[in-house]
This record gives sequence, C-alpha cells and structure tokens, in this order.
Amino acid sequence: MLIGRVIGEVVATQKAPSHAGRKVLAVQPLNLDGTDRGDVILALDAVDAGAGDRVLVVAEGWSAMTAVGREHAPIDMAIVGVIDAVTLAP
Amino acid sequence: MQADPCLPSSFGTIKMFLARIVGNVVASVKDPQLAGKKILVVQPVDPHGRDRGEKLLALDSVGAGAGEIVYCCRGREASFPWHPDEVPTEASIVAIVDRIDLETGDSK
Repeated sequence: MLIGRVIGEVVATQKAPSHAGRKVLAVQPLNLDGTDRGDVILALDAVDAGAGDRVLVVAEGWSAMTAVGREHAPIDMAIVGVIDAVTLAP
Repeated sequence: MQADPCLPSSFGTIKMFLARIVGNVVASVKDPQLAGKKILVVQPVDPHGRDRGEKLLALDSVGAGAGEIVYCCRGREASFPWHPDEVPTEASIVAIVDRIDLETGDSK
C-alpha cells in the first residue's frame, strides 16, 4: 500500500463501463517524510477523497476492484482511506 | 517490488497511468484472442503531458486514436475489459481523457 497526496482529478466520459460513477484521481505517492516518491499514479476513489488529501492507496487489482465494488474490472489502484496522521517510533 | 523496465518508478510497477497514443502495431499472425483488437503504442505522460518513462504497447478497449491522452491499466486486470474472454494482454487502454483538473486550479 502507498501513502499519497491527491493532486487532481482525471475526467473521462469514454471509459471502461466499470469505471463509471467513480472519480479517477491523480495521486502523487509520498515518502514517510512527506517528500514526493516516484511518478504520479491514477486511482479510483472509494472513500470520497478530495484534492490535497493525504490518502491510502492499494496498488493491487483484486483489492482495488473489491474496494470500489466492481468485479472483473480493469482497475489496479484504489484509494481506500484518508490519512489523518502518521506516527513513527523514535 | 521490482521496478518495471517499461515504466521505471521508485516503488515498482506503475499500474494505472496517463499516456499519449503515439503509434500502432499491425500483426496478422497473432493469438486468436487478439483478433479484431487494436494494438497501440503509448507514451506514458505526467498530468502536464510531459513524457515519463519508456513507450509500451497496450490493447485498446475504448477506440482511442493517435495523439489522444488516455489512461491505462496493467497486469492481470488489463484483460478484464473483454471478460470472460481470456485475452493475452498485460496493458490495456481503458479510458480517453477529456481533461485533467489539477489541484493548482489549472486544467490540462
């Protein structure tokens, strides 16, 4: 799973039917110290996250499909949580 | 996770990503399940349209055309647009992007 920050939304009217009714958000993965980590990814939103939210992303198809409730769907990544805080042991 | 040679990233394979259609591949001899499906060459891009990583081939499931910005899905799930047919692909185009609304308020 990844921590990321929602940086925007991808709008597409012509898309796989199983993506209908779900926001597709652009997420910048983050390191634990909050710095950017790798390239921007796309994820279907299962928890109504918004721009600027720090979110929990699941990066595996079966889990992503289950999270957005769409079986046998071309979905690889889903936002499954909005993060309030990350605490690391000293 | 092992970095994906087609799409290098610090945390391994990028599974759903933006891309631009830059070409197509014609193959008359191929797996029967690929018959009637377009094989397109895609260049992964960032939300500002800048190239990111290597080009790769993806199967088109939405009728995308040259130059269009799309987003793709990878892995086992890439064959699901044609479920229950078992289509041998690990990258598929699953949407044609109309616009991208970025947090800074500028749409692309």
